[in-house]
Amino acid sequence: MTAPPLSPAAGFVAGIVRSLPICAAIAPFGLLYGALAADTGLSVFEATFMSATIFGGASQMVGLQLFDGRVPGWLIVLSIFAVNFRHILYSAALGPKIMHWRPWQRLVGWFVLSDPQFAESMKMADKRPVAFSWYFGLGLTIYGLWVLESYLGARFGALIEDPEALGLDFMLPLYFFGMLYDFRSRKPFFPIVGASAAGSVLAMLTVGSPWHVSIGAICGIATAILIGAPEAPPPMPPEAKERTT
Amino acid sequence: MNGMIWVILFGALATYGTRIGGHLILSRFERIHPRVQAGLNAVPAAVLTTLVAPAMITAGPAEWAAIIFAAFIGLRAKLTGMFFASAVLLIVLRQIGFS
Repeated sequence: MTAPPLSPAAGFVAGIVRSLPICAAIAPFGLLYGALAADTGLSVFEATFMSATIFGGASQMVGLQLFDGRVPGWLIVLSIFAVNFRHILYSAALGPKIMHWRPWQRLVGWFVLSDPQFAESMKMADKRPVAFSWYFGLGLTIYGLWVLESYLGARFGALIEDPEALGLDFMLPLYFFGMLYDFRSRKPFFPIVGASAAGSVLAMLTVGSPWHVSIGAICGIATAILIGAPEAPPPMPPEAKERTT
Repeated sequence: MNGMIWVILFGALATYGTRIGGHLILSRFERIHPRVQAGLNAVPAAVLTTLVAPAMITAGPAEWAAIIFAAFIGLRAKLTGMFFASAVLLIVLRQIGFS
């Protein structure tokens, strides 16, 4: 927390600017989701409505897969919950960083707490207090474009002839890898990644998707807890300062 | 089709529950144990890994090449440059049939 907080307007604009590369990276997924939704038999309204209310790409894709068959509704809801279960961890980690917000700001903030929103906010929290204006500028842009892309994808998705040739199926892992890579200086990075990777792959092969996300994450987090914080804190790394809260 | 709207609405409620729930549960505790804090700090890396690792297992040479290239680019460039450079490589590799 070295830099002073930004003014609300400057914060909002800074949030929008920061969202642009994220928006560019997830645009293909918004369009892809819309196209798949239309292909699954959702109306353009339903496809857009799902993006506007759930706002979680991976869970929406899983929902689509299940809409297709004769899967009971409660099981679809449960699967969406399982894919989004990681947000519980995001919420717990982000909560202490936004306690200076007003209650309604927090209620809005939770709604747009997506993967990139969380990653960017945690990076921001390392540098300066997370301002609501910045968070809202970031989140609103990502949200607005996600809903728009879903609509466009559902409306015009049939025009994409060969999504595989454009690598659409691997864009999401590639993007998540980039975000993961940004955290590599946060110790103990490699033990966490090793445990999560092993846990998620094993879970994928045994229990199956979407539980590999929660199970893998628990393996990584457990590793971090086992390693723990040093008993007597040695010279504090910069990011450890925030732990006094 | 009306049933689908209900599934979406309940899915949205469940999702919002995950986004607010972690904080509501944790804020009941006065102070956070250092080990819990260490665990929370590990969340981004732990979760992001689970979104990448299984996809790497089922992927082929083109995807592996893209990831390795991304890691290399990432030593210098930020996320955006890293993503687009490796995405272009992946598309080129797929187009020339290297997979």
